[in-house]
Amino acid sequence: MNPQPVTITFDGRPLTATAGQSVGAALASQGITAWRSTRKGGKPRGLFCGIGVCFDCLVTVDGETNQRACLVEVCEGMEVEGS
Amino acid sequence: MSVTVDVAVVGAGPAGLAAAVAAAEAGARVAVVDAGNQPGGQFWRHAPETVRPEPDGHGHHGWSTYLDLRARFDAAQRAGRITYLPGLQVWMAEPGFTLHTTAAVAPAGAVPVAVTADRLVLCPGGYDRQLPVPGWDLPGVMAAGGIQAFIKANGALPGKRFIIAGTGPFLLPVAAGIAEAGGEVLAVLESSSPSAWLPHLRAASGVPGKALEGAEYAAVFARHRIPYRTRSIVTEVLGSGRAEGVRTARVDADGRARPGTGRVYADVDVVGFGWGFTPQLELPVSLGVDTRLDADGSLVGVVDERQQSSVPGVYLAGEVTGVGGAALAVLEGLAAGAAAARPDSGVPVKQPAAIVRHRRFAQAMHQAHPVPAAWQDWLTPDTTVCRCEEVTAGDITEAREELGARDVRSLKSFTRAGMGWCQGRVCGFAAACLGAGPGEAPDAGSLAASAKRPLAAPVGIGELAALD
Repeated sequence: MNPQPVTITFDGRPLTATAGQSVGAALASQGITAWRSTRKGGKPRGLFCGIGVCFDCLVTVDGETNQRACLVEVCEGMEVEGS
Repeated sequence: MSVTVDVAVVGAGPAGLAAAVAAAEAGARVAVVDAGNQPGGQFWRHAPETVRPEPDGHGHHGWSTYLDLRARFDAAQRAGRITYLPGLQVWMAEPGFTLHTTAAVAPAGAVPVAVTADRLVLCPGGYDRQLPVPGWDLPGVMAAGGIQAFIKANGALPGKRFIIAGTGPFLLPVAAGIAEAGGEVLAVLESSSPSAWLPHLRAASGVPGKALEGAEYAAVFARHRIPYRTRSIVTEVLGSGRAEGVRTARVDADGRARPGTGRVYADVDVVGFGWGFTPQLELPVSLGVDTRLDADGSLVGVVDERQQSSVPGVYLAGEVTGVGGAALAVLEGLAAGAAAARPDSGVPVKQPAAIVRHRRFAQAMHQAHPVPAAWQDWLTPDTTVCRCEEVTAGDITEAREELGARDVRSLKSFTRAGMGWCQGRVCGFAAACLGAGPGEAPDAGSLAASAKRPLAAPVGIGELAALD
């Protein structure tokens, strides 16, 4: 059984992901490696630890701020925003 | 919501699954709290069963052990002996014992449950230990275990061309997994030397399964022509805005870069670092269990032959008692679960011989793959150490030299290192080394201060206010 494609948006742009993928995996699969800037240095950040420990990959998901992209599973119509 | 049980298990990886099954089969009422949405932990992480209901175990080790434990876990759940609480993180453990939980993810997250139990089995596992290096904060640099988790959960790769670096046997399955998933591994850079193994062969021969695993990786490396470079490190991750390449060097026995051995790998899009593992100690430390330094320099919990810690009723299993891999974690989990189910049996217990053998193997492994003594020499003053608060190596050495901040707690108050979102989980070891000074390693006290996190997971103010 092949997982279903789902459509999410990232900063308003539609993006095709696969059911069961994490938000981080969906972004990385599309070549998006950074989606957050650091507070002090404005440096780009994306996935690092990949297992919910480092909080580097934070995104806003359906209005909920500070969600770990490596843990949140994509679903149809999900709105993801960087910061 | 709340539940009351005999035994609460934290974690559903190899140790937690085994502990839950053993406790339930010995007649205890058990609750299992786990941050994941399904059992397996990091080691047996697999695609969501909602999407792939029957994982085939491809790329996994010990999968038949997982299937056996999982079947027993599911059966105990159906029989009402195990209450399984996935998607929840414990943010505070109170003596006596009550576990306060919070949803791991917010949208459509699990409903928090307070778990009250007579005994606890803590199996929180660990994560990759990191040593900072210039450029390690560029996107595209990941923890080696994070790359593996990505592949296991998503069946896809986070990039195309990889460099894997650090030390320890774990680099092998990470690189092999990438190659088997279709990625190109330009090189695996191991800071240690293969001859470091020789004095420890006797310990290795006690665990023949590990030799088989090693042979399997060797075959994958040969098939995919992956260069394995020992006594080699990444001295700098190159790129602007993202990782694009690495500069490497050969090192001496202490990890000092040897002049004239520099080399550049270009067109790299993912760099994976792993320097062994850091066990998750905040829950054991918050409950006051005795800790010690293990052979790998990690802070671990002290346990007796029943896996019980210095705090009566608190049992520990898996990486928190010393990093030793999944097979050992299962053995410890089984022992801890059985002991926690029948704490008053009064019969003296001999530690299972298999645990002793695996423990000896793990110690040999740690001694053969040390954190290089001279690793602090790799840093420049502007190298980021604390990624969350963007504290540099220069900030930390200045606090040490000018303000006398030598322990993690003082460094934290002077520089903010370890004060951010991750609460020092990523930089804690490195910051403690820098505080101790060049060539030095932190003592148990400094690491225990770093592991002291009154809130074991970020919680909303409402959840704090709701406490009695």
